[in-house]
Amino acid sequence: MEVSASPKPEESHEEEEQEKQGEGAREGEQPRKVAPPSSSPQDSESKEADPLEEQKGPAPEPQPSDGTLPQSPGSGGRDLGASPAEPDTTVSPPPSEPGSEGPPQLRPDPQDLVPSATPEHDIHETSEAGEPHPGRLEQVPHERESTPYLPRTEESPSYLSQQPQYLPQALNQNFNRSEHKPESDIFHRDESSSNSDLNQSELGLNQKGTLEPPAPNKLEIAAQNAKAYLLKKSSKSGLNLYDHLCKILTRILDERPENVVDIIENISQDVKKAHFNKKLDTLQDEYEVPLAYEIAEKQKALFLQGNLEGDQEQEDEIAESPLPNVMESAFYFEQAGVGLSTDETYRIFLALKQLTDIQPVHTCRFWGKILGLEMNYIVAEVEFREGEDEEEIEEEDIIEESEADEDEEDELPKSSYKGPQVIPKEENRTGANKYTYFVCNEPGRPWVRLPSVTPAQIVIARKIKKFFTGRLDAPIMSYPPFPGNESNYLRAQIARISAGTHISPLGFYHFGEEGEEEEEVEGGRDNCEKNPDFEGIQVTELVESLSNWVHHVQHILPQGRCNWFNPIPTNEVGEEEEEEVEDEEVEEKKEEPDNIEQELGPPLLTPISEDLEIQNTPPWTAQLSSNLIPQYAIAFLRSNLWLGAYVFSDGKKFENLYIGWGHKYSPDNYTPPLPRLVQPEYPSGIEIMEMGDPTVQEEQSFRVAQEKALFESEKVEETEEEDEEDEEDEEDEDD
Amino acid sequence: MDSESLLLSLELASGSGQGLSPDRRASLLTSLLLVKRDYRYERVLFWGRILGLVADYYIAQGLGEDQLGERKSLYSLNCMEWSLLPPATEEMVKQTSVVKGRFMGDPSHEYEHIEMQRMTEGDRTYEDEVVIQIKEESRLVSVIDQIDKAVAIIPRGALFKTPFGPVHVNRTFEGLTLADSKKLSSYFHFAEPVELKNKSLLEKADLDPSLDFLDSLEHDIPKGSWSIQMERGNALVVLRSLLWPGLTFYHAPRTKNHGYIYVGTGEKNIDLPFML
Repeated sequence: MEVSASPKPEESHEEEEQEKQGEGAREGEQPRKVAPPSSSPQDSESKEADPLEEQKGPAPEPQPSDGTLPQSPGSGGRDLGASPAEPDTTVSPPPSEPGSEGPPQLRPDPQDLVPSATPEHDIHETSEAGEPHPGRLEQVPHERESTPYLPRTEESPSYLSQQPQYLPQALNQNFNRSEHKPESDIFHRDESSSNSDLNQSELGLNQKGTLEPPAPNKLEIAAQNAKAYLLKKSSKSGLNLYDHLCKILTRILDERPENVVDIIENISQDVKKAHFNKKLDTLQDEYEVPLAYEIAEKQKALFLQGNLEGDQEQEDEIAESPLPNVMESAFYFEQAGVGLSTDETYRIFLALKQLTDIQPVHTCRFWGKILGLEMNYIVAEVEFREGEDEEEIEEEDIIEESEADEDEEDELPKSSYKGPQVIPKEENRTGANKYTYFVCNEPGRPWVRLPSVTPAQIVIARKIKKFFTGRLDAPIMSYPPFPGNESNYLRAQIARISAGTHISPLGFYHFGEEGEEEEEVEGGRDNCEKNPDFEGIQVTELVESLSNWVHHVQHILPQGRCNWFNPIPTNEVGEEEEEEVEDEEVEEKKEEPDNIEQELGPPLLTPISEDLEIQNTPPWTAQLSSNLIPQYAIAFLRSNLWLGAYVFSDGKKFENLYIGWGHKYSPDNYTPPLPRLVQPEYPSGIEIMEMGDPTVQEEQSFRVAQEKALFESEKVEETEEEDEEDEEDEEDEDD
Repeated sequence: MDSESLLLSLELASGSGQGLSPDRRASLLTSLLLVKRDYRYERVLFWGRILGLVADYYIAQGLGEDQLGERKSLYSLNCMEWSLLPPATEEMVKQTSVVKGRFMGDPSHEYEHIEMQRMTEGDRTYEDEVVIQIKEESRLVSVIDQIDKAVAIIPRGALFKTPFGPVHVNRTFEGLTLADSKKLSSYFHFAEPVELKNKSLLEKADLDPSLDFLDSLEHDIPKGSWSIQMERGNALVVLRSLLWPGLTFYHAPRTKNHGYIYVGTGEKNIDLPFML
């Protein structure tokens, strides 16, 4: 409080002084111009003014100040310069200068606070003395903050003697601006302990008025240069090191942390951060933040919708709800070390609930998650209630249209090439289209229904390997060209993965009794249903023997369908339309091996122990989820063919899950399929070859023959027209 | 991922479906602490697991004072007993590169590789089949080394180079900003830089020597070998390596949480150009 109270009078006083003494400096701007007037009336005025002040309390002043700084007289090096000035200090002590340090300010003190001669007080004065200058040097306030602590701790005079050391350095500039020789002389005496740099600078000042050795001048310049360098502002941050160091030290002294050396870098960084004004970066895209809110807003709907239905009627529905217990199976999968985080699973759970509320769904299942480059797909497997699924008719139309495009003109031969037989896709609810799949990128976003899969898409999907992008409408750039966009590719992969990896414990499903008739397909019945008498299987048996697991999804034939579609009969239908080419076509077809014989795959409910190996790699790895507590462990299978496909079973329940990139594993590299065989050209035969031009001899003999004929025709002049025809016949013969 | 914050890290990295079962988690938390004590590591990372046909390898890594210094790898089959792996040598990497297919899950399993070698006997040369035995353990070592060099990543600023040379964890790292976290250039390879030395002075001009002392991801070959996604509405950025499918890196912007985990077969995806 002393500090804040006392400075005001001083400030005003000092300002006055400053004005008086600064006059010369300000008018001339350069200090050197001030030097000559030192003998001028102006200077004398100041000198006159000073004594007036000094007279009041000059006598006590120098002595205490000397007493506080005992070392001062001992500084011998300065004696040369100081000795001529000494008389000045005693006779005409300088006015309290703005730039002057602690001891010099003692001059004005007596006027205000006469009895103050204690070292402590001196120090306070010094700190106050700094105040007039903050405008020039930012660091001054900090010194003011820092210095008061030190003296208050009642440290030894030796410390006090050091005190001025620090300040004069900080205030050097002020010295330079308001040069006052007598004052600087005082410094020599009072602050003898101050370091050489400071002294040099003072000596440099003295030089103008008094005789000084030239040597220290270099040091002074060096010091000033160094300081100027430190004060240089960085063009990037606008800081300078000088201020920065001051702030760091201030902060350290304020906070007094332990082991300052270790964390000085951090402090430095913090100080910089605190000072750093953020620049306006026009490139920053701040709109992304709202995106997060947007998703949160959508997901909020998931959590809220549960409250909407509280009706009594719906309690019955809840019992038959098609919603799967995602959390339960997620718990089991977690035992096996698979699965998404708990909150994500729960969001998916809610999203599935949303789906089953909107759609007329009979059964629903969380199929899995397919990773993409930009976004992922969450896939739900759905079976609609009888007759309630809307068919997509548009696609079929498109196929028919493409077939219907035929030219009616017969002038030129049409291309006899017909594409490979288009194998029709399986009806909904059968084969590969047994289930409908819905995908969404994130729980909360709308579910998108995937189109049903066509055999051609499956066949081609087997030949390519592409990453999913996460956008359903992204084109698939591949060889061979894929018929469709990413939604079709996704659907094809889902069909393949389901067919390959959906397995259940033996006995869980059995062939239904009602739909018993053998299908036209020899491959086996294509439907199975839950076995109500399923007893459950021991978990250890499930792990030890793979024959206890069976596929419950139909195998997809190389043709791309689950149920065999014989293309040849349809060819016969086609014969009626185009009669000419029929024979050739049928022959060609017959050359292809897989169309003659019916493709056969393993029938439904085949044990997975019969799955094919891939180059010594068993297709399944079975593990017990925990070896530590085997009695409560579950059986857990991992597909090695489709990395990311898992099954668990605790003996009675089971669940399939796929989380991965949607690609099939192969130990070898992917190799693009070979291009199709180049079509042979038409064999050169009679139809292609031409005769040479008729020779002169032939033409002459022909003319002779013509004349002969003409001669004969004159004989018989009955039917000219017939003759002409005869001629033509002759020509033909010649050819 | 750091062994101290294992649970949080697993939760964050679970977007790819790879997690750990509760008993594995618990045993890791216990055993890694003991590993840290016994081997006197400054920091222990849970590196991931390599899926074998019979069993999985769980891999942990120990770091010393210098984060970029030599990393000691340990493996375990049951998450409790850890064995130290020898450091990978170039010869080992070269030798094991001929092995294809999945890991077995048995460290003493030996792959047989038949190689044709040219033998000279007198004046005639003939080719002879030589059977080389390769231990799975050495294959494991070299795969870990390859993955570390290729796709181990840290966000920019998480490590800093001290004036004395060693690289330390940056205590003041406060996460990437949202805008930065979507750029590949904000992520570095957590391995000795290779590309950095080849950069021109012009390219180096803007680099901060105490932070930019590693290779950034953006120049990886082929371009597009990373999938970068924002999950949970921008609260989490996930990078997945497409070159080594199975490596997942997560970072929650504006927090210190970051790390990577590898769960996969230990095979490089050399089909990548076809798949993009």
